[in-house]
Amino acid sequence: MSMEIPYIVDERPDTGLTNGKLGIWLFLASEVMLFGALFSTYIILRMGAPEWPHGELNVWLGMANTFILIGSSVTMVMAWASLKLGDFGKHRLYLLGTFLLSAAFLVNKYFEYSTHWSHGELPSKSTFLAIYFTLTGLHGLHILGGMVVMAYFLGPGAKLYKKNPGQFTNRIEYTGLYWHFVDLVWIFLFPVLYLL
Amino acid sequence: MHSDQESIKKTIRAYWMIGAALFVFTAITVAVNQVHLAVPLAITVALIIAATKGSMVASVFMHLSHERKWIYGALILTVIGFLLVMALPILTMMDHIGTPIQVAAPSAEHGGH
Repeated sequence: MSMEIPYIVDERPDTGLTNGKLGIWLFLASEVMLFGALFSTYIILRMGAPEWPHGELNVWLGMANTFILIGSSVTMVMAWASLKLGDFGKHRLYLLGTFLLSAAFLVNKYFEYSTHWSHGELPSKSTFLAIYFTLTGLHGLHILGGMVVMAYFLGPGAKLYKKNPGQFTNRIEYTGLYWHFVDLVWIFLFPVLYLL
Repeated sequence: MHSDQESIKKTIRAYWMIGAALFVFTAITVAVNQVHLAVPLAITVALIIAATKGSMVASVFMHLSHERKWIYGALILTVIGFLLVMALPILTMMDHIGTPIQVAAPSAEHGGH
């Protein structure tokens, strides 16, 4: 006898939410606290520093990465909207676009990191570099995590659409919520680290 | 079902427009940075633009403009926690534990022979 997990497609009558949606929002709440603690650390370090470096980072590379992540947020939400319209083919195209854009972000970051390392600008060299590598490194890991999930839905995870399209659409929505959060964090990281 | 698809089609237009607005705001942030404003003003402008962009992503892409009250409840708790964490630097500045206490030099009548 098989037992189906309830409220993965239909909403719970008491909360008006599916289990997955409440779950992803609680996870994002914990993520806000994680990055909040690091932003708070940045403020403490910056206020305590006798001087703070300016112009250490390549603003144009940072701006390009901001454009890339914003673009990926648009393609991600379009991947979900395409499923809502019943167009699985378009969904796959948009999801692949999001995956490629996130890969472009990491390639850009690789070039940025390797330039720093070749100049001996390591996290141990200054407080600024330490907090820069910590914040962008953790953010980069989040990008990588999102890419793993997207690769799954482009590959073996896509089979679920035939079996249960509602559940698949919801899973893409949760992935999107996570991805927009990662974009949102970068929207604050870019001015804080590159411009100010 | 049909009206649901119509509303999704309308929302799609909003997604593209918000995406374009986010591009424009990013360009404005960098342009303002090239002007070399005074540091407090530069920080204020950059954070106002970032907050505007962030609220656009949250309200439109993450659908927070029309979400269920349970989500809002969880987020209100998060905002309170986030503000407490952000207040930590202020508490750090107010904390004088470990700061050397300035002891007045002994006066001649007490310190002399």
